[in-house]
Amino acid sequence: MEETVISRQVTKTQPAWRKRFWRNKLLYLMIVPGIIYFLIFKYIPMFGLVISFQDYKPFKGILGSEWVGFKHFERLFTEPDFWNILSNTLLLFGMNLLFYFPIPIILALMLNEVRITFFKRFFQTLVYLPHFMSWVIIVSISYVMLTMDGGIVNELLVQLGFSKINFLLSPEWFRPTYIIQVIWREAGWGTIIYLAAIAAVDPQLYEAARMDGAGRLRQVWHITLPAIRSVIIVLLILKIGDVLELGFEHVYLLLNSMNRDVAEIIDTYVYTAGLRQMQFSYSAAVGFFKSLVGLVLVMLANHLSKKMGEEGIY
Amino acid sequence: MVEDRTLSGRLFVAVNYTLLTIIALVTVLPFIHVVAGSFTTNAEIAAKKFVLIPTVWSLEAYKFIFSTDTIFRALSVSVGVTMIGTLLSMFVTSLMAYGLSRRDLDGRNVIMFLVVFTMLFSGGMIPTFLVVKELGLIDSYAALILPSAIGAFNMIILKNFFQNIPEGLEESAKIDGCNDFGILFRIVLPLSLPSIATISLFYAVTYWNTYLSAILYLNDSQMWPIQVLLRQIVVLASGMDYSSNLDSAVPPPDQSVKMAVIVVATLPILLVYPFLQKHFAKGAMLGSIKG
Repeated sequence: MEETVISRQVTKTQPAWRKRFWRNKLLYLMIVPGIIYFLIFKYIPMFGLVISFQDYKPFKGILGSEWVGFKHFERLFTEPDFWNILSNTLLLFGMNLLFYFPIPIILALMLNEVRITFFKRFFQTLVYLPHFMSWVIIVSISYVMLTMDGGIVNELLVQLGFSKINFLLSPEWFRPTYIIQVIWREAGWGTIIYLAAIAAVDPQLYEAARMDGAGRLRQVWHITLPAIRSVIIVLLILKIGDVLELGFEHVYLLLNSMNRDVAEIIDTYVYTAGLRQMQFSYSAAVGFFKSLVGLVLVMLANHLSKKMGEEGIY
Repeated sequence: MVEDRTLSGRLFVAVNYTLLTIIALVTVLPFIHVVAGSFTTNAEIAAKKFVLIPTVWSLEAYKFIFSTDTIFRALSVSVGVTMIGTLLSMFVTSLMAYGLSRRDLDGRNVIMFLVVFTMLFSGGMIPTFLVVKELGLIDSYAALILPSAIGAFNMIILKNFFQNIPEGLEESAKIDGCNDFGILFRIVLPLSLPSIATISLFYAVTYWNTYLSAILYLNDSQMWPIQVLLRQIVVLASGMDYSSNLDSAVPPPDQSVKMAVIVVATLPILLVYPFLQKHFAKGAMLGSIKG
C-alpha cells in the first residue's frame, strides 16, 4: 500500500524528458543495436589507439602493457621509409585531385546537354557499372589486358611497332596505371551528385541567358557551373578529408616487390608493419597519425569554404 | 527545351554525343573483352588478340575452373556472407535510421554527431583488428559481417528518407493502435522501397566485394570468399596457391581461365544491377549532399 503511494508520487514529479523517454522506449530499443555496433567497432578502436603510446604485447593486453610515451611517434618521424611512404601517399592524392576530381564534373556537364532521354539512360547505365566491381575485379581485368604474355595492350603496342612495356612490374608505370583505374572505376558514378544538382537549376535562367544571346558553352559557364559551385566545394572538402584514404585494397593489389618504392602508401605500410611483422604499437601510431591528419584537413577545408562564403559540410 | 538550330549549336551537339559514345565504349569494352575471352579457347585469344565476339565458342575454361570444388566453395562462401550480411545490415540499419528519424527522440543529435564523427576519424586497421581478435571472431565468417554491419553513410541516407515521410501517416497509425515497430514495418518500410532497394544493393555489393576483411581475419584458405581466390589466380598468377588446391603439376592458368574466374566473381552483380539501376539516382542523392 505504502509502496504504490510512493511510486505514484515519483510519477507525478517525473521531469518531462523522463516521460518522453518512457513513451519512446521502443524507439530507444530500436537504436540500441546500432549504438552497440558503433561503440564496439568504431569507438573502442578509437580508444584502442592508446596502444601507440605503449609497447603492446598481445598476451598482456592494453592494461598490462608497458607505457613508452612518444617512442613510436619519434621512430615514425625519424624513419626514412616513413617519409618516402608519406610522399608516395601525397603524390597519389595530388594526382587524384588533379586528374580524377574534375572528370565527373565535366562528364555531368556534357551529359546535361544530352536531350535524348534514351541515350542519357543508356550512357549512365554503362558508366555506373564499374563502380560496383571490386578492386580485385578491376585490377584483375587490367592484369589480363596489360600482362606481357598475350595481354591485348602489349599486343597492340607490338603491332604498332613499339616494344612491350611491363606495366605491372615497372615503377614508372605504377602511378599512371593507378590513376587510370581510379578514373575507369569511379568517373561515371561520380557524376550522380552533379547531375542531381544541375537538375535543380531553374530553367528560366537558361531562357533568360538565351534571350541575351548566350550559346551552349556560355550557358554552361555562366549558369550551370556557378549553380553547382557549392556542391563542387562540398565534394572537394570530402575528398580532401580522404587525403590519406587512397584505398588499401587498390594499392595493395597493385603492389609488388618491383614497384614498392613508389607504390607503398601509409595504409599498406600499416598492414605490413602491423599484421605481417607484428609491430602492433608502431603501426597503430602510423595509423593514428594518418587519422589525425585527415581530421585536421577536413576541418581546415571546411573552415576555408565557410570563409569563402560557402556552407561547408557542418 | 527547344533545340539549338544554329551551326555552332549543331556542331556542339555532334561533338558532345560522339565523345560520350567513345567514353561509354572505353568503359565497357574491357568487360566485354573478358566475358568473350572466357567463352573461347586460349588459342583464339592468342590469335585474335582483342576478342569481342568469339568465333570459336568453348566452355573449356569454365569446365576447368569447376573441375575441383575450390571455386565452388569460394562462391558459396561469398553468396552466404552476402545474403546473411545484407539481411542483418538492412535490419539494424533501418531500425537505427527510423529511431533517429523521429524528431521527438531526445538525444538524437548527440547520437547523430557520434555517427558522423566516425566518418571523420577512426581507430584504423590495427586497433580494429585487435577488437575483432578479442571478440574471438578470427577465422569465423562473422568477422566478414559484423565489423561492417552498419555503414554510417547508408544509415544517414535512410534516416533522411524516413524523415521525409509525412508525420500524419505515423500519427494515424498510432491512433489505430500501432506501436513504433508496427509503424516501421507496416508503413514506413513499404513506403521506402526505392531507398531500401538502393541501400540493399550497396550492402550486397560491399559484402560480395569483401576482400580486406577476408585477408585480415581469415587465415584458413578453405574459408576464402571468391574475391580472395580471384586475386590468387589472376594477380599473383604464379599459380602457387592455386595449384596447391589442385594438382601440383598444373601450370599457371591460361588467359581464358583467368577471364572465366573474373566473370564468375562479377556475375552476381551483373545479374542484379539492371533491376536496381533505376533507383540509384533517386536513392543515392537523398541526403548525400546535406548529410
